[in-house]
Amino acid sequence: MKFGVVVFPGSNCDHDTLFILQKVLCQEATFLWHKDHDLGRVGCVILPGGFSYGDYLRAGAIAKFSPLIEEVREFAERGGLVLGICNGFQILLELGLLPGAMLRNKNLKFLCQHVHVRVENARTAFTHRARPGQLLRIPIAHFDGNYYAPAETLHRLEASNQVVLRYVDENGEATEPANVNGSASNIAGLINAKGNVLGMMPHPERASEAVLGSRDGRLIFESIILWR
Amino acid sequence: MIDPKILADHNITIEEYKRIIRLIGREPNLTELGIFSLMWSEHCSYKSSKAHLRKLPTKAENVIQGPGENAGVIDIGDGLAVVFKIESHNHPSFIEPFQGAATGVGGILRDIFTMGARPIAILDSLRFGPLEKSRNRAITEGVVAGISSYGNSIGVPTVGGEVYFQERYSKNPLVNVLCLGMAQTNKIFFAKAEGAGNPVLYVGSKTGRDGIHGATMASAEFGEETEQKRPNVQVGDPFKEKLLLEACLEVMDKNLIIGIQDMGAAGLTCSASEMAARSGTGIAIDLDLVPQREEGMTPYEIMLSESQERMLIVAKKENVAEVQRIFAKWDLDAVKIGEVTRGGKLQVTSRGQVVVDLPVEAIVNLCPSYRRPARKPATLKSLQALKLPPLPSDLEKVFLQVLSSPTIADKEWVYRQYDHMVQINTVLLPGADATVLRIKGKKKGLAVVVDGNSLYTYLDPRTGGRIAVAEACRNLACVGARPIGVTNCLNFGNPEKADVMWQFKEVIEGIAEACRAFSIPVTGGNVSFYNDTEGVSVCPTPVLGVVGLVEDISQMVSPGFKSEGDIVVLLGETKEELGGSEYLRSVFNLERGKPPAIDLEKEKRVHEMCLEAISLGLIRSAHDISEGGLAVCAAESCFLSPARIGCVLDLEGSLRADALLFGETQSRILVSLPSSNLASFLALAKENRVEAAPVGKCGGRRFVIRCAGREVINLPVETCWRTWKEAIPRLLSLPQD
Amino acid sequence: MKVRILVSFKESVLDPQGQTVKNALHTLGYDFIKDVRQGKVFEVELQGLSEDQAQKVIPEIADKVLANPIIEKFSWEVLSEGKKVSRN
Repeated sequence: MKFGVVVFPGSNCDHDTLFILQKVLCQEATFLWHKDHDLGRVGCVILPGGFSYGDYLRAGAIAKFSPLIEEVREFAERGGLVLGICNGFQILLELGLLPGAMLRNKNLKFLCQHVHVRVENARTAFTHRARPGQLLRIPIAHFDGNYYAPAETLHRLEASNQVVLRYVDENGEATEPANVNGSASNIAGLINAKGNVLGMMPHPERASEAVLGSRDGRLIFESIILWR
Repeated sequence: MIDPKILADHNITIEEYKRIIRLIGREPNLTELGIFSLMWSEHCSYKSSKAHLRKLPTKAENVIQGPGENAGVIDIGDGLAVVFKIESHNHPSFIEPFQGAATGVGGILRDIFTMGARPIAILDSLRFGPLEKSRNRAITEGVVAGISSYGNSIGVPTVGGEVYFQERYSKNPLVNVLCLGMAQTNKIFFAKAEGAGNPVLYVGSKTGRDGIHGATMASAEFGEETEQKRPNVQVGDPFKEKLLLEACLEVMDKNLIIGIQDMGAAGLTCSASEMAARSGTGIAIDLDLVPQREEGMTPYEIMLSESQERMLIVAKKENVAEVQRIFAKWDLDAVKIGEVTRGGKLQVTSRGQVVVDLPVEAIVNLCPSYRRPARKPATLKSLQALKLPPLPSDLEKVFLQVLSSPTIADKEWVYRQYDHMVQINTVLLPGADATVLRIKGKKKGLAVVVDGNSLYTYLDPRTGGRIAVAEACRNLACVGARPIGVTNCLNFGNPEKADVMWQFKEVIEGIAEACRAFSIPVTGGNVSFYNDTEGVSVCPTPVLGVVGLVEDISQMVSPGFKSEGDIVVLLGETKEELGGSEYLRSVFNLERGKPPAIDLEKEKRVHEMCLEAISLGLIRSAHDISEGGLAVCAAESCFLSPARIGCVLDLEGSLRADALLFGETQSRILVSLPSSNLASFLALAKENRVEAAPVGKCGGRRFVIRCAGREVINLPVETCWRTWKEAIPRLLSLPQD
Repeated sequence: MKVRILVSFKESVLDPQGQTVKNALHTLGYDFIKDVRQGKVFEVELQGLSEDQAQKVIPEIADKVLANPIIEKFSWEVLSEGKKVSRN
């Protein structure tokens, strides 16, 4: 599987993600420049964390108009695997590839810390290497990660198992204090109905080496690598 | 046309004005006067500090670049170098906390990447007034949010720092930011303007009227009218800076340019004249070509503007098109605004008229150097006299009080707002003695710390200066790192006051002595004078930034206790030293006495001992004993242990119990180790001539300390932890006053 | 022609910034503040467009770029020599 990591001018987790894919997981991976029109022959597109175009208007709001993103949309519609991490998740929401929107964190502060998330659906292309209900310890780092969707959308998402990751405490309970950013239903990660587009706020690339204190994030990348 | 009022507005004395006339052989016009006022300001010229700064040791084998460039550079082997510097942004942060702090981050980042280094870490040293006052809370919130917004956005992790709270910072908070970058030794760039005829390119944001006279603002005392200085504060654009960073690093990587300098404080004036002065050349600029954001700007305004996110580049003639192509890729213009000339002049034209024609040497290097009078403050003797209050009966209560002092309390509220993990190098997170960064693909790593206790320097500047260096190096030793270079930010009051000048002189002597004792070079830094508001100076506050090298990061040690049953050992000995302690300050509101004494030779032995024990794999944790003394140090070792285990300590000695618990005697480290290593550890200590005493054991859920057999503290770790954890958030949620 | 576009959260969406401002005002004693909603203001200068054309294009811009219709609503007004024309 060849990975393509999209680079917007304000991306800042692009190098981290590429490093993990190439140097830690020994995968073929390449940068995809936002002004280009060609994804090359990649099997999975990653929209990395950062501040795509400065994000002064809304996180991800301008990125959705970039030339490359048009290609990503078509790629996703053809069933290609797309993973949006943090800012990448925000872009997927703005694009409408995933439902809902992000609000400011409930405490109105940027939050950088380790959190626990529970794998709610372990049958996706992005999580099949995890056990159902497995806890992952992965860092978050964002200002706008307070997931919002209207009640009926939330119902639909829950009913169709599209909530893939949920913020929980260290015992695996989806409590209010564990929901650090205030997301609706403690949602930390979502997949589209077709199952090929995942958005997640936690940064798996920051938890893929023992030296960084956690390797739980690898499960996400390994799932993609071993899918079908 | 230049009258005394204009001179006063430009902070130029009559004598200085006469010197200008002598140097240029005529009266300057207003724009030229503006240029002198910037470049001869304290901030840019170091005119009051130069003579003293020469005492700092700056040479060592590993130094690639010492003071005098945008940042210092130290060789770390394998063809790699670290580039680092600390800078203050105190005055802007008081006037507009968010933007002031944000642009402070922006400025220091530019200093690093103009050298060809990719910034890999930011640390900040912050001083605020007490959080009980809502104005101080607003400044604290604003500064932290400003640092966070800039650093997070650009993708450089803010990995550590320190925060102190004290009344004198209420009207003069300190915001010092250190940036550390990494470069290849063969690709380091300097601020040069070589080769007559080479084009001078302007890149980055357009020039507006913002920040005009920021450098002179940083060189004058604050008074009532400071509120009106608001328009001086610049607004930062981290996204633009990210583009600049990537584009600059790309043109440098491809070796397309000759020299580059940030247009920071003192703007176009400073970068153009300094680059020329360093190379013995001149620069000619046509202001009509300078990209402008506002209409009708005068030459004076363009030359003095401090708009952020701008760079001046001298390119090789044949590479201009390629440079422009790379900047265009990052959506930036690189505009030719002039060229390098022979003859050593800064020549500026506007609409065909020559508006500036000055010798760069006069602007950059011929500012007078002052040996200002220095006198020991008359009040110092009485300040150092200390009659200890009686021993409190309830030491448990006092202990919790010390733990909840915001200077001691957990700073997670601060660093949680900083992205401290981006770039995935942070292997020891904020909260430890020093932050440790790995170097991808290498066994070794970097450790970095900022430190400075201004109460010590207030009570005894020289000792305080020594301790600042010693403690920073001790912090490094605790994680297993050896210091390799120092940068310092010296925050003082008005240097025209003899008291302040004496403090300054003494602090420098202290720092110099300690740096020599530890054999570490000072590679640069920043002096911030005039930290006075309404006649009151801040405490003399030197902030030391020290970078260390960890030979093997797999051996790195952290401060938290690791296992039940491990033995706790105290390295160093405890004396009755309560002067200047956080205990006296937070419990009795006493800021007096003599700070703890320091023996630099002994300090060095303690560091060596700790480093050796780490490299032999003898110890599982190490934590420096500093503010709050042994009790706070032990408590933090519990809080920072993964399972928050407790400990039981037995402190022997004839000292008062509060001196045992909270005294801040230097050269002490608290370590924990498995009992099987105890004998080897004690033997090693003996060999190194360092006192080492087993004082207790880790384990359980309680925090217990006995002094000379009497139990003085016995609390659940959870209670202590909550007190420490919740202190700052609790203060910040107080209702507005 | 100058147009001012106001973007704010829909009523159904919790507005944490607005809530924080409201709480701050309450602690200052302004108890009569019933609610605060925070929003964004865009002042847009148009060139070579008639007012009719503007009527068409402004909602398009607001909907597509300035606001996220899932959480935000917008209103706008024309700012021209002294008279204000408000639109929703």
